[in-house]
Amino acid sequence: MSSLRSITVATLAKDIRLEWRSRDAINSMLFFSLLVVVIFSFSFDPNAEESREIAGGLIWVAFLFAAVVALNQTWARELRNQVLDAYRVSPAPANALFVAKALGNFILVSVLEAVMAPLFMIFYNLRALGPAWQLIPVAVLGTWALVVNGTFFAAMSLRTRSREIMLPLLLFPISIPAVQSMVEATRIILAGDGSARFWIVLLLTYDVVFTTACLGLFETILQAE
Amino acid sequence: MNSIKFLYAAYIATWVIHGLYLGSLLRRYNRLRQQRKDLGK
Amino acid sequence: MKRAFPILAVLTALLLVYAFYEALWVAPMERTMGDVQRIFYYHVPSAWTAFLLFFVNLVASVVYLIGKNAKADALAAVSAEVGVVFCTVVLVTGPIWARPVWGIWWTWDIRLTTTLVLWLIYVSYLVLRRFSDSSQTPKLAAVLAIFGALDVPLVYFSIWFFRTQHPQPVIGGGGSIDPRMLHVLLINWLAFSCFAFLVCWWRYQLELLQRDLEEAQALEALLGDEGLPATSARARSPLNKTPSRPGTV
Repeated sequence: MSSLRSITVATLAKDIRLEWRSRDAINSMLFFSLLVVVIFSFSFDPNAEESREIAGGLIWVAFLFAAVVALNQTWARELRNQVLDAYRVSPAPANALFVAKALGNFILVSVLEAVMAPLFMIFYNLRALGPAWQLIPVAVLGTWALVVNGTFFAAMSLRTRSREIMLPLLLFPISIPAVQSMVEATRIILAGDGSARFWIVLLLTYDVVFTTACLGLFETILQAE
Repeated sequence: MNSIKFLYAAYIATWVIHGLYLGSLLRRYNRLRQQRKDLGK
Repeated sequence: MKRAFPILAVLTALLLVYAFYEALWVAPMERTMGDVQRIFYYHVPSAWTAFLLFFVNLVASVVYLIGKNAKADALAAVSAEVGVVFCTVVLVTGPIWARPVWGIWWTWDIRLTTTLVLWLIYVSYLVLRRFSDSSQTPKLAAVLAIFGALDVPLVYFSIWFFRTQHPQPVIGGGGSIDPRMLHVLLINWLAFSCFAFLVCWWRYQLELLQRDLEEAQALEALLGDEGLPATSARARSPLNKTPSRPGTV
């Protein structure tokens, strides 16, 4: 059990170090996220009343696009350096690699969201009428929902043609209940329109179900490469 | 009654969809048979 | 089975014609909607058939993952494809029915929306099968089928709750059904099930044919034109009737 944890931590630390050393990828993703917010703001320019109703949808769609950009590069470094072959023959548990990648992506996407959210608040003059602290569990659970399946499908896409388009093609349909939960919860919290509890619980259920599925089946698809 | 047109549209659409699929199966079948013949030469 | 196919095809066609007749002339007219309601006799059986086919796909996928049985994988591919066809029929007839009756093309009706998501998941499944490297396709596709199956209850619940917050029309109505209508509905379901079975059977033969062909082509590419020894896999393949073949000159 401890070897699982130490391998995961080591892999994650390596990824963060490598990302930090050449910040090109992150910087271009950050700029992409900013562009998405601006384009959305030009396209949908509601008044304060309306914006609380639709901001949830806009924000999460924007996060979704930013997440896909981040997820598409998940395995790029591993592919370039034949790391996956090394992993397959090593005794290290495949799950350690998956968890490390998923956590790395989670951190990356959270950074992107942390940049985009204040911008949205500024452009749409958002103010939460409901309990704003609840946005934190929504953001955490929602981001994990996208990232856990996204990392898994990114690995599945490695042996397909048109790898970049395959990831969203697989991810979006499966993510529909999660996206709906995130959007509705955000709308409810911003508009102060009742309780977001059901959606948060549904998000949690989604996360548990799919984290288990990903951990259970990652070995299978890793061997499939 | 105008809504009867929708009834016809639905039934026709159903069989158009099935027909298109079966047609594509037929084309695939002919292509495979041709390939098998080429291989056998 | 091969010989039975034409007879079964004719019987199924007759059944479909009979079911069609029942749907249009025998079934009683619905009180509020009128004749348009008869779309129901095509819309609902198609939905049940599509769901059954997707369930077959799930079982075949799991069987494949456990035993790596190639026939299970072929069945999974077939049932997904035919399932998507029937699912398309559901998604097309649904709005065509909704428009004259409720004045809107689309609504977040729980069954219709679940069908839409299933359609999306299985179209992505078919795209994955087509785009992936053929040696790994069965495993990847099977895993995706399992993810899809896990997703469906979550989709159902999320739409269910969404509808309690945002009331929407229900397409197809709930509640009890006139026994004469139920009879017509079941006849059409039987007819479409037989039809789906035959289409799947034909598609399955096509799949086997394609796989044999690919195997033979691969062997030919490997061994070239020098002719093949009688003990090779090609000689054992069902494409060959004679045990040994001369070279291709």
